[in-house]
Amino acid sequence: MCLAIPVKVVELLDGDEATVDVGGVRKAISLALVDGIAVGDYVILHVGYAIQKLDPEEAEKTLALFAELGENLGAAPA
Amino acid sequence: MKYINEFRDGKTARVIAAAIAAETRADRRYHIMEFCGGHTHAISRYGLSDLLPQNIRLIHGPGCPVCVLPIGRIDNAIDLALNRGVILATYGDCLRVPASGGLSLLKAKARGADVRMVYSSADALKLAQDHPEREVVFFAIGFETTTPPTAVALLQAEKLGQKNFSVFCNHVLTPSAIANILESPEVRLHGTVPLDAFIGPAHVSTVIGSQPYEHFAEEYEKPVVIAGFEPLDVMQAILMLVRQLNEGRAEVENEFSRAVTRAGNVKAQNLVAEVFELRKSFEWRGLNEVPYSALRIKAKYAAFDAERRFGIEYKSVADNKACECGAILRGLKRPQDCKLFGTVCTPENPMGSCMVSSEGACAAHYTYGRYKDAVGV
Ligand code: SF4
Repeated sequence: MCLAIPVKVVELLDGDEATVDVGGVRKAISLALVDGIAVGDYVILHVGYAIQKLDPEEAEKTLALFAELGENLGAAPA
Repeated sequence: MKYINEFRDGKTARVIAAAIAAETRADRRYHIMEFCGGHTHAISRYGLSDLLPQNIRLIHGPGCPVCVLPIGRIDNAIDLALNRGVILATYGDCLRVPASGGLSLLKAKARGADVRMVYSSADALKLAQDHPEREVVFFAIGFETTTPPTAVALLQAEKLGQKNFSVFCNHVLTPSAIANILESPEVRLHGTVPLDAFIGPAHVSTVIGSQPYEHFAEEYEKPVVIAGFEPLDVMQAILMLVRQLNEGRAEVENEFSRAVTRAGNVKAQNLVAEVFELRKSFEWRGLNEVPYSALRIKAKYAAFDAERRFGIEYKSVADNKACECGAILRGLKRPQDCKLFGTVCTPENPMGSCMVSSEGACAAHYTYGRYKDAVGV
């Protein structure tokens, strides 16, 4: 029920709607709960609504943190 | 898919697991509750418990919307569909939840009730537009993630003057449920549920932000790390909690910063505040009556409130005696402690609500974890 996924906005439509790409499938969703969405943005999709915009920089930071963890462990004397 | 696959990488999961193993101290315990059913699902599906040291125990919380819905509320919905001639629109997860008299919405449908599964609140409104001669009731359930879409549909119905559309509101609030668990005698007095830290909800937090959890961290001295639903998110959150516990800190940290801010989605919050107000009390399966833990529709929108329109009266109904869902939702028991688990009670034929949705502890455990425990590994 609470499951929601990141999807890419491919087209803005009338009436606060957008077309998104869900793993290759196109789907119309509502943008009524978010502001300032542009084509190319990723949003979190839940029951037909974008509930939040995804921040690509923060995503990179989290992934960098994982990478750093790997390096530190690799460097640490086992 | 981007932003999904990178957070599911098995090699990285083992790296984080190694970091967790290196940092946990043998002389202490780490009892971590994942509040949210989405996390319960991810933990079972990816077998994350197997990657953790013995002294880290994950405890399932009550954050599965279908699981906490009390029988009486489903009875109300069934009554609307079976005896009041409405089209009852609902999310698919609600259909199999066992109600009184061996019924469920699905079984009511087989008896002629007009129950329609919808993917979105907008689809429910669409049903009302397509059937102007019928009353359409949207059976709205869920936590803060699912509430804003309900608000949008209701406001849209008002704008359209859609007189045959109403909402049976059962939306509940995460912070009140966490407070209820922390206040419970099992946690506070008896310590029968040892609880050291929380993994905070992912998508609920995209809406409400990280700020509402600051109170728990401070008041109850329990660390909270908000985590995304992918396996690496959960592992990283556990590492962050281990560090907080080791260092004696109790703060709110945000692992899911790619989607959660401190303030959350203010636009969504405002829409919710426009349409809904707090209920004094609401019954939860497993937690009983919890004060100020749910929402109802404001008088201003009474025309769209199914409770008022159909004079719905709530009656509390006791759960099936043998079902341990209540204790499981409070973190007191595990699915395998239930006598019915996997024998009488299966996802195809659920006896209790925890076996219905894939986020329910029993269903997740049945689908992904049962055999492992059966051979005692
Ligand atoms: S296995 Fe079934 S009956 Fe037992 S607690 Fe879980 S849902 Fe209830």
